[in-house]
Amino acid sequence: MQHYEVVIVGGGPAGLAAAIEARKNGAQSVVVLERDRELGGILQQCIHHGFGLVVFNEELTGPEYAERFIDELMELGIEYRLETMVLEVNADKTIRAISPSDGMIEIQAKAIVLNMGCRERTRGAIAIPGFRPAGVFSAGTAQRFVNMEGYMVGKRVVILGSGDIGLIMARRMALEGAKVLAVAEIMPYSGGLTRNIVQCLHDYDIPLYLSHTITEVRGKERVEGVTIAEVDENRKPMTGTEKHYDCDTLLLSVGLIPENELSRGAGIQLDPVTGGPIVNEAMETSVPGIFASGNVVHVHDLVDWVTEESRRAGAYAARYVQNKLVEDASVIASRPGDGIGYVVPHKVRPENLNDKLAIFMRVKEVFHDAKLVVKADGEVVYSRKKRHMAPGEMEIVQIDAQKLKDLKPAELLVSVEGGETVHV
Amino acid sequence: MRYGPYNHFTGSRMKRGEMYDVVIIGAGVIGCGIARELSRYDLSILILEKEGDVADGTTKANSAIVHAGFDAYHKTVNGQMNARGNPMYDRLAAELSFPFQRIGSLVLAFSEEELASLRELIDNANVLKIPGVEMLAPETVHAKHANLSQEIRGALWAPTGGICGPWEFAIALAENAVENGAELALNTQVTGIQKTDAGFRLSTAAGGSIESRVVVNAAGVYADTIHNMVAEPFFEIHPKRGQYFLLDKAAGDIVDTVIFQAPTKAGKGVLVSPTVHGNIIVGPDAEYVEDREDLRTTGPQLDYVRQAARQSVPNIPFGMNITTFAGLRAESSTRDFIIGPADDVPNFINAAGMKSPGLSAAPAVAEEVVKHVGVALGGELKERKDFNPHRRPAAHFAEASPEKQAELIATDPRFARIVCRCEYVTEAEVVDVIHRKVGARSVDGVKRRARPGGGRCQGGFCSPRVMEILARELGTDMGDVLKDGPGSYILTGRTKAVEGGM
Ligand SMILES: Cc1cc2nc3c(=O)[nH]c(=O)nc-3n(C[C@H](O)[C@H](O)[C@H](O)COP(=O)(O)OP(=O)(O)OC[C@H]3O[C@@H](n4cnc5c(N)ncnc54)[C@H](O)[C@@H]3O)c2cc1C
Ligand SMILES: Cc1cc2nc3c(=O)[nH]c(=O)nc-3n(C[C@H](O)[C@H](O)[C@H](O)COP(=O)(O)OP(=O)(O)OC[C@H]3O[C@@H](n4cnc5c(N)ncnc54)[C@H](O)[C@@H]3O)c2cc1C
Repeated sequence: MQHYEVVIVGGGPAGLAAAIEARKNGAQSVVVLERDRELGGILQQCIHHGFGLVVFNEELTGPEYAERFIDELMELGIEYRLETMVLEVNADKTIRAISPSDGMIEIQAKAIVLNMGCRERTRGAIAIPGFRPAGVFSAGTAQRFVNMEGYMVGKRVVILGSGDIGLIMARRMALEGAKVLAVAEIMPYSGGLTRNIVQCLHDYDIPLYLSHTITEVRGKERVEGVTIAEVDENRKPMTGTEKHYDCDTLLLSVGLIPENELSRGAGIQLDPVTGGPIVNEAMETSVPGIFASGNVVHVHDLVDWVTEESRRAGAYAARYVQNKLVEDASVIASRPGDGIGYVVPHKVRPENLNDKLAIFMRVKEVFHDAKLVVKADGEVVYSRKKRHMAPGEMEIVQIDAQKLKDLKPAELLVSVEGGETVHV
Repeated sequence: MRYGPYNHFTGSRMKRGEMYDVVIIGAGVIGCGIARELSRYDLSILILEKEGDVADGTTKANSAIVHAGFDAYHKTVNGQMNARGNPMYDRLAAELSFPFQRIGSLVLAFSEEELASLRELIDNANVLKIPGVEMLAPETVHAKHANLSQEIRGALWAPTGGICGPWEFAIALAENAVENGAELALNTQVTGIQKTDAGFRLSTAAGGSIESRVVVNAAGVYADTIHNMVAEPFFEIHPKRGQYFLLDKAAGDIVDTVIFQAPTKAGKGVLVSPTVHGNIIVGPDAEYVEDREDLRTTGPQLDYVRQAARQSVPNIPFGMNITTFAGLRAESSTRDFIIGPADDVPNFINAAGMKSPGLSAAPAVAEEVVKHVGVALGGELKERKDFNPHRRPAAHFAEASPEKQAELIATDPRFARIVCRCEYVTEAEVVDVIHRKVGARSVDGVKRRARPGGGRCQGGFCSPRVMEILARELGTDMGDVLKDGPGSYILTGRTKAVEGGM
């Protein structure tokens, strides 16, 4: 059995930021366990620009963004192990992992930070009818083939779902000379960032069909075509609205799911809406001493917020190890109210806050000129008018910690007030 | 041209143009089962399969139930074969090391009429001597199976019902047959059969011809086509499609036994069952289709399956679906299995009309066909002394204890390299299934044998890794690796950066 103060599971941007911050906050022995052949997580395949505007105030590519953190990790002399797959995390903070060089590894940690990221939803999850030929890829898998392995996955492409990865791949495929025929999105609004719609679709004349879905995949061996159709308000395809496309490839960008098999194994409580652990202000899960941050908790659209959240997780993990985290404090429940899909964190112990509490959330629909309001037991502690809010873009609210310490409310309720819901 | 490497097992005899004792057309569970039974004897055997892998027809898309045998009527061949086939599974699973579990089955009745049909099934079971079949009261059922509908009026319990891995079974049969000397030619479609003085001459799509004394027709939904190539037509195969959902392992404990619905005039109902890999399978519907390759799933039929299944298990979590698929039943116009020589061509032996419970019956069907082959070849078949009924078991890292896992890694560090993060399949296992006899040649071939990509991400994460390993182990380019059969190419060339030499 090996012993560490803080063990980080997953070496993506979340794990790197958590490790660095844990060390900077006084944790002596920190180790990052990463199953891949390199650190950096999903960023290594995101070779486009657009990372780091918040944290570094400049536009970096994914690998460049990762590199900054990897460099810092090295400078701090933090230990990391590659090709190390964590198989088991237990509530007593033991970990079982394997690697070709070290074999079976057993570790006793004082604190653990879970940073396993997320995986893509598949065709099965949305049960698209038709044949099951080659040529149907999740957008992230296609991205890996194109950007990491150097292979193209098709010549004529239709994309289902307007998540960011799908949008980015639409542009990438077009740049590689493929014809991207259409992007179909079942919801009346896009799931991706507005900037990606403009830069990846509009700039390349790729049509986006909202309220549309795929009703059939043709081709027995390789995709030969797909049919898309408009859906009604119950998201059922309407006959007579079908459009047929001859294509050899269907990319799916239909959502990401936090990767929580390990969390489940440890008996950690999950939020059915986010698919990730229920966490408190310290990003600590329902199992004391096991923390989580990044896409494993909820899917982020900007890596900068992954970093921000993970820095907190790492710092609090270090505090936990040094017994500086107030565990039996009064707890505020933070909840999603009208118009809000979820909030993170779910629980807040004001004693542990520094100067601000950051609440991350997503709205349920597109709103224009609405107010984002947070009430502490009915008293407004935050209110801001927003010109545009959409489910594809995470919202962040910062609340003065002192206010919460003074008020000691039982509940924080976040809701959208006024404005209009928009169907684009 | 984009072909994966194939025909690795193409027979030496075939190359030399020599005559075989027996040629089997079709490498599904029926053809592979027959080959393995025949390989006990001193015979030259060749299996011909049009697809790029064994078990690529109906055998890869069905409910995977080893039926207890109460359902198929005792006066039919399929009733008798099912009753005989089921008890043979324990020994076969032990010898050939494929997944099989006797988890029992329940048939639910929701009305007086359905209770009456359960009583008929019990009578049928008694004639066929199916062990342990009994009627259970709703309370008894609910006490053990909390997720079943409150509406049930009674249920038939059959303790010998089981589940298996159908393609793993067929692959194991083929591998064992080949280890015992049978030959296998993949990507070899039979296009014509001529009678000759000594037997038959078969022609193939690729232009070759093969001579054989006896021909066994195990061609699934094409069995009538094959039969009609050489014998007087007397049956037709009407493909009847069935569609399924496969739910994530996280839903795996919703039921722990096979849940059928009582047969009614409207049909056989939809089943909900665990699979040998811990998933939940839900389906099938039944719908005649024209095209024998029409494996499409369709919106309305999937909706029907959803609704029908909810009658048995009201809160079945369809949100946890990981894939949908369809299979084709080879329904014969004679409404029964057709086993035996054609009336007008004695050395041409049919194993046709293998609708459900063809999988359950397969071991018994193989024994029957061997008898007919013996007769056709003019008497007693000579047993081989060196027949080895055992197949080397594969190591399954995910299922091993931590101690055993450590041991595996110590013998081969590739056991510590997880290729499939959903099913925890390791590189060592992938490499093993590529290099076995009847080894995998495609991404789906690897998936059928070792399960990477069979889990919740459906290959999203592991397919690039599996392709890389296939290319490396077979000495080809990753760009030429296929998903499954010829034409199922995955990649379409290099990117500009690579082509430009960057
Ligand atoms: C295609 C795509 C495009 C994007 N574009 C942008 C953009 O333009 N701008 C932007 O700001 N953000 C973008 N993002 C978002 C950003 O990349 C992610 O939010 C960020 O990478 C999430 O970080 P993470 O560390 O939580 O997860 P990941 O990056 O997924 O890292 C998780 C790590 O954990 C490891 N791991 C998982 N399980 C185990 C285990 N059992 N044992 C060991 N290791 C394990 C994984 O191998 C992986 O390295 C994009 C994301 C994607 C997918
Ligand atoms: C929806 C459904 C559910 C089922 N559920 C069950 C169940 O739960 N339990 C059960 O016992 N049974 C079940 N069955 C039945 C069972 O799956 C079949 O009986 C069994 O798989 C048939 O095997 P086979 O070898 O005859 O056919 P196949 O597996 O179809 O094999 C026939 C092979 O012949 C090859 N072939 C065809 N023509 C040629 C040619 N010209 N040249 C060369 N090769 C050729 C094909 O490519 C194919 O590989 C089900 C079937 C379906 C469709």
